[in-house]
Amino acid sequence: MSQTVLEHGEIVRVSGPIVTARNMRAATMYEVVEVSDLRLIGEVVRVVDDVATLQVYENTSMVRPGDPVYRTGGPLTVRLGPGLIGNIYDGIQRPLKDIEAHSGAFIRRGEKTDPLDPDKRWRFVPKIKAGDAVTAGQVLGTVRETEAVELRVMAPPGLRSPARVQSIAPEGDYAVNDQIAVIEDADHASVPVQMAQSWAVREGRPVARRLPADRPLITGQRIIDTLFPIAKGGTAAIPGGFGTGKTMTQHALAKWSDADIIVYIGCGERGNEMTDVLTDFPKLIDPRSGRPLMERTILIANTSNMPVAAREVSIYTGITLAEFYRDQGYHVAVFADSTSRWAEALRELSARLEEIPAEEGFPASLPTRLAQFYERAGMVEPLSGGTGSVSVVGAVSPPGGDFAEPVTQHTRRFVRCFWALDRQLADARHYPAINWLTSYSMYLEDVEPWWKRTDPAWAELRNQTISLLQQEDKLQQIVKLVGPDVLPDSQRLVLTVCEIIKTGLLQQSAFDDVDMYSTPGKQMALLRAMLHFYERGKAFIGSGGTLAEVRSMAIVQELVRAKSTVPNDDEEGLRGLTKRVDEQFDRLERR
Amino acid sequence: MAVRDKALTYVGTRRIDGPLVVVHKPHDVGFDETVEIQDPQGNFRLGRVLDVGDREAVVQVLEGTSGLSNQATRVRFLGKTLELPVSADMLGRIFDGLGRPLDGGPMPLSTTLRDINGAPINPYSRQYPREFIQTGVSAIDGMNSLVRGQKLPIFSGSGMPHDRLAAQIVRQATLLGEQTQFSIVFAAMGVKYDVAQYFTRTFEQSGVLANVALFLSLASAPSIERLLTPRSALTLAEHLAFDLGRHVLVLMTDMTNYCESLREIGTARGEIPGRKGYPGYLYSDLAEIYERAGRIKGSDGSITQMAILTMPSDDISHPVPDLTGYITEGQIVLERELFQRGVYPPIAGLPSLSRLMKDGIGEGYTRPDHGPLASQLFAAYSYVKQVRGLAAVIGEEELSVLDKQYLEFGNTFEMKFLGQGEYENRSIDETLDLGWKVLSLLPRGELHRLSEALLDAHYVGEKESEVQTVALGDEPAFKPLVPPEK
Ligand SMILES: Nc1ncnc2c1ncn2[C@@H]1O[C@H](COP(=O)(O)OP(=O)(O)OP(=O)(O)O)[C@@H](O)[C@H]1O
Ligand SMILES: [Mg+2]
Repeated sequence: MSQTVLEHGEIVRVSGPIVTARNMRAATMYEVVEVSDLRLIGEVVRVVDDVATLQVYENTSMVRPGDPVYRTGGPLTVRLGPGLIGNIYDGIQRPLKDIEAHSGAFIRRGEKTDPLDPDKRWRFVPKIKAGDAVTAGQVLGTVRETEAVELRVMAPPGLRSPARVQSIAPEGDYAVNDQIAVIEDADHASVPVQMAQSWAVREGRPVARRLPADRPLITGQRIIDTLFPIAKGGTAAIPGGFGTGKTMTQHALAKWSDADIIVYIGCGERGNEMTDVLTDFPKLIDPRSGRPLMERTILIANTSNMPVAAREVSIYTGITLAEFYRDQGYHVAVFADSTSRWAEALRELSARLEEIPAEEGFPASLPTRLAQFYERAGMVEPLSGGTGSVSVVGAVSPPGGDFAEPVTQHTRRFVRCFWALDRQLADARHYPAINWLTSYSMYLEDVEPWWKRTDPAWAELRNQTISLLQQEDKLQQIVKLVGPDVLPDSQRLVLTVCEIIKTGLLQQSAFDDVDMYSTPGKQMALLRAMLHFYERGKAFIGSGGTLAEVRSMAIVQELVRAKSTVPNDDEEGLRGLTKRVDEQFDRLERR
Repeated sequence: MAVRDKALTYVGTRRIDGPLVVVHKPHDVGFDETVEIQDPQGNFRLGRVLDVGDREAVVQVLEGTSGLSNQATRVRFLGKTLELPVSADMLGRIFDGLGRPLDGGPMPLSTTLRDINGAPINPYSRQYPREFIQTGVSAIDGMNSLVRGQKLPIFSGSGMPHDRLAAQIVRQATLLGEQTQFSIVFAAMGVKYDVAQYFTRTFEQSGVLANVALFLSLASAPSIERLLTPRSALTLAEHLAFDLGRHVLVLMTDMTNYCESLREIGTARGEIPGRKGYPGYLYSDLAEIYERAGRIKGSDGSITQMAILTMPSDDISHPVPDLTGYITEGQIVLERELFQRGVYPPIAGLPSLSRLMKDGIGEGYTRPDHGPLASQLFAAYSYVKQVRGLAAVIGEEELSVLDKQYLEFGNTFEMKFLGQGEYENRSIDETLDLGWKVLSLLPRGELHRLSEALLDAHYVGEKESEVQTVALGDEPAFKPLVPPEK
């Protein structure tokens, strides 16, 4: 941000993160300012006559009326270029590693650091020649950012056609701020292009067009992929009271989803959870690339004890980074933990701004802000061609675990997957505690063509499972009143099968090396065997057999344990399950 | 930040409103600045600036506003935020919530001054906590293990034995295979004198008093002082842990009182209240306190936090326990029903949770069977709750044989595994072996969460399980013992 001769403002009031300054007539909405001689970063959030209200991203202790405010003339931007992947940033894209180098383990105020290492050199390989025609967003060349990710340097998104390449750097090592091309635009002006570009975080990046969702984001989590799938470019919410598993679920998704890039935003949550990711991800290997997961991951950490204004902006920072990779033709998944803390930041700032509150003190703009955020997800054709997507999964932390509160309710309007975490399941240590009766996905039809190609029986098996689980719920109501003994064996079989489905399929331990991630193939093999068990059981009981005989078969234990005993790649073992169901029923029937 | 050489004194205030005073036309006053207030009698009180404009400054008076008058009150702005001098000599001493001696001793000599608000720990600089602390309490060690650097609160209700449990933990907490002693920082907010007295005596009896610093802001002290008490305590804890490399256990009681003081300030400022009148920023405010626990790369020390809070009407969805649960790394919940049945410690089996347990147990930390065993105990106990519900409807006799076995398991689990003596210190091996014995009351085929290998190694068999079963309503297995005579 350049220091120019813009006039200084003068502070007239300080109330926590909200500062008011006068002599700011020329300031623009969302312009970045530096507050007092500590030069704390802030943003203009309101201008009335010559008085501006500023939201400051750092602690304002000892800032006084009379102190100066320095304008920068531009909005809050992020730097987009090689070096993002594997990094951990605060809410306004300051690398936490560099902050540590300057100020030690405790974050001092007023730190200024470059989001991208200005000295590091990257190998640039041009993909276009001088004289070639070029359009906005077109790939000019590539940089190997990590072993797992090739970064594509793009022409500026705002470039007006017809334009052509005046000059382009030859293959070689360049720093992010080096000029690597000059483009002549429609007005015959020369546009210099660096390896890194800047983008205002509150503005979505342009795309050629939006595409319908057409394939699932495979997460390796059985209850999600099989029962409540999310599409690539889709949106999902994970609401749940404290300790029900929002963070664990998001971590599992960040680890095992088949996205190319992961952006994980720790927004008003615990410091140790970020440390957990930082220690875990470099050690875990991405099954698809064979490289450490950290090589496709970007972390944004604005933990609960960090300034609340920066929490508000952190999710925009995160999603802008995601869009940048989407524009290069990647599938990106964004995880935000927790959007409720973000909404609370809005509430706190709004209260300090003395706005008139709507429901439960939240600003009236809450639904719009939520919609804007989730609207930035989607499957698109980027300006560079091909396809790319941003999927967004947001955790929601309702007070008292009660979903009838504004953030959960409004989020529900704007997301198409709802993975409702259930206190009872969590208390019983049934993880993931996603309730199969209250959760839903509106992507079933969107992902069906993909499943048709992968395993055509999916839709049928899924529906059968859901219907069994619904039956079980009704039967359990009866059991609660009169005990299981009054039910005929045919109905108790439903209870038994659902028990197997719940423990052997829906429950999934994040800590078990075999269980923590299941391929679609394994998910279907397990489910197929379980439902086949049900069919055979039903026939057996129908022809005079008893439930006790069915329950005593060894296959029951095997089905329950297969998730952690049969690895994903053991196709033989997986197919064997259904085979043994048949064998054991055959034997029973012969008796 | 430059410190002014001469602090300005203002004579007279504009408005006194609850815990706040408003100063007219302040000059050169900073947000959060420390304020010295002289009452008409000439006594000094401390305050801090909550909001400052060119027309007025709103000052929160930490020691209450009673006796202040608009006319005769003098206010001096000190040009800095509130600071606490810190040193290891503060161990063995008693202070008020602002760090001033209450024990008649001198102010601690120290040139190290620390802002009591602290600064956020850089998440990049944290070290993930994973060293198992043995508390000797089976319900904690076996099912909700505590690790060094964790923040694990006790959610209690009025009249329940949270103080005794906390004292037992302080007495017994050790690291497996290490001799290091915890330094203890104790912060009391709005609790009665006899509670503070109880803890002091416990520290004394177990011979650790010289290693404890107490920050007391008792029920009799002005309520606003409580807002500073945990911050003062944690400022010292950070010095001990991260400057001096010690392992510090910070005990804070009662956080519900703290939250009430915060509500008082919010109301006085005319803020829009959130749930139950608590301010909307309660979450962030509590997080500033709790996030000061942890470990830091390159430092040998650690801060482990155990906060006690009472849930109004035993309601876990009340904003105080609710928001705490959203910040801390799990919670130990005390249950009224177990308490009334005489089980000590009455630690609720299902809602209690330690989130850092997974990384501090198992191979290399405790025992490889620890995780699966705990998970199976949870699963079985949760089924017990269902069976009890059913038994209440159809009668115990009507239950299936299996369900009856579960009932027996549940009762035994509560009495013998959860229940133990106040002075009984179980090793982790004892705890886990006991867990296996109790679990062996159930048929092997029910234990889905345990691998065949583990079952082969540890399952004792329904018949052979030597553990004596108990029925609901039996006398507790272990009567609380008296402290061993010295
Ligand atoms: N899939 C899982 N496998 C094993 N354990 C799990 C799983 N999900 C959750 N848990 C357990 O539940 C605990 C709490 O989960 P988590 O931290 O994700 O809760 P949360 O919903 O994010 O809570 P908060 O809102 O307080 O942050 C974990 O520490 C872990 O012990
Ligand atoms: Mg969480």
